[in-house]
Amino acid sequence: MSIRGAAFIAGAYEHPGRVLPDTSTAQIHVEAAVGALADAGLDLTDVDGYLCSGDAPGGPIAMADHLGLAARHLDSTDLGGSTYVAEVSHAAQAIAAGKCSVVLITMGGRPRSAGRRVPPSAGPAQPFEMPYGHSNPASYALAARRHMHEFGTTPAQLAEVKVAAAAHAQHNPNAFLQKPVTVEEVLGSPLIAAPLHRLDCCVVTDGGGALVVVSPQVAQSLERRTVKVLGAGEAAKHTDLGRIDLTYTGAVWSGPRAFTEAGVSHADIDYVSIYDSFTITVIITLEDLGFCAKGEGGRFVSDGTLQATGRLPFNTDGGSLCNNHPANRGGMTRTIEAVRQLRGEAAAAVQVPNCDLALVHGTGGWLGTRMGSATLILGQEDA
Amino acid sequence: MTSAERRFPDVDPPVEPGLEPYWEAATEGRLVLSRCAEDGAALWPPRPFCPRHASAGVRWEPAGGGAEVYSYTVVHRGEGAFAAVAPYVLAYVQLDEGPRMLTNLVTSDGRPATEASIGQRVVARFEQQGKLPVLRFTQSH
Ligand SMILES: [Zn+2]
Repeated sequence: MSIRGAAFIAGAYEHPGRVLPDTSTAQIHVEAAVGALADAGLDLTDVDGYLCSGDAPGGPIAMADHLGLAARHLDSTDLGGSTYVAEVSHAAQAIAAGKCSVVLITMGGRPRSAGRRVPPSAGPAQPFEMPYGHSNPASYALAARRHMHEFGTTPAQLAEVKVAAAAHAQHNPNAFLQKPVTVEEVLGSPLIAAPLHRLDCCVVTDGGGALVVVSPQVAQSLERRTVKVLGAGEAAKHTDLGRIDLTYTGAVWSGPRAFTEAGVSHADIDYVSIYDSFTITVIITLEDLGFCAKGEGGRFVSDGTLQATGRLPFNTDGGSLCNNHPANRGGMTRTIEAVRQLRGEAAAAVQVPNCDLALVHGTGGWLGTRMGSATLILGQEDA
Repeated sequence: MTSAERRFPDVDPPVEPGLEPYWEAATEGRLVLSRCAEDGAALWPPRPFCPRHASAGVRWEPAGGGAEVYSYTVVHRGEGAFAAVAPYVLAYVQLDEGPRMLTNLVTSDGRPATEASIGQRVVARFEQQGKLPVLRFTQSH
């Protein structure tokens, strides 16, 4: 069964808050849910499917209770930051199977105010990782160092990713960081885990977001312009029994699965939302998705390729590097910006002209050990 | 804190049953690998089964301890208990027997190393840290 055309994104809402010390995480879910449903022209009482992540307060049962939902399809997926990219596909699958017709997906978190960090080494491998100080930046730095060693990628090329994100964030009044930066400023920022500097790392913000995925019949009944789900792919990439190769991600598998299902090629893609936990994440992901050859990512992102006016505009809201990274999970905000682009509702300065097709990719977990990868291809309503 | 005082913190991760042969050897300073009883493939992190031949079981065999640095990072901002240790080296080393393992590089007296290079030859050493013997690597001579 294919999900191509089986479902449409009818509502998307990014919580405007970035620092929310006095708002509960459950309340962020509520505000995001109400915002996305209002965007779609629907109410909480219309929802018959509900998805969240494993980190939602109390899980999907408690959230369904809190939101007063009469859902007949419930699920929680935990693929880290790629969760919400995968959940658009999961919602489409449930709709295609006739289980529901209006699926609400919510996320929220307060890592900035509550100081919660995901322990990087949960699971059976914990005794063999936790003693070593495997922090998030360090994990991604291990991949960056090996990429530099094998392919000659430079810190300045990594910095180009941040420069593009910051160029976009200046047009987003809600972005946590709105100031453009230069390559020199990235390289001059303090080293966190070499070769990654502070400005190679995403922001830590409170906040959240929500999506509403509906059946074709519901989409037709709504006044709002919707976005068509065309294809999706998922994968887990891990340490492979001690044979880990740090130079690639699970996008090498999730990407082709999504392209095949959507029936489109790279040249058709007008805009990409790539989860940018760190600058290196974007470079390796673009290679793995096939937008350039393995090892060419550093050169590919130079010369403004990723800027709104470049060959492959990316993360036009400023991404996780500048705009927002609620709950340390970027898949939701990456998907929301792709919806804005396809509806022609991105900030005017960064709106991609005639944006017909967009690709969203989430990387959840750690480049240095194991990750969930999810790719989603979306199109305009009549795509 | 001066570098002479820096020590990796006791983190005491939960240890579940099933890997007793590994921990017993480690307590004596010996590195053993779990290998698939069917095809001999080394399995790291150690586990009591081979995902490819789940019914075959594993055998525990000694490893020489020699390794080469596959990748590394000098961590300048450690998190939690590691904040006071930084800078320290987090690395992947590839054992001569094949497996790549996450570890730290340390000096000959067990202090956190602050530099490394890909391809550098290193050798395994266990240090009792909290409740567990922890596998780290130091420059080989
Ligand atoms: Zn086997």
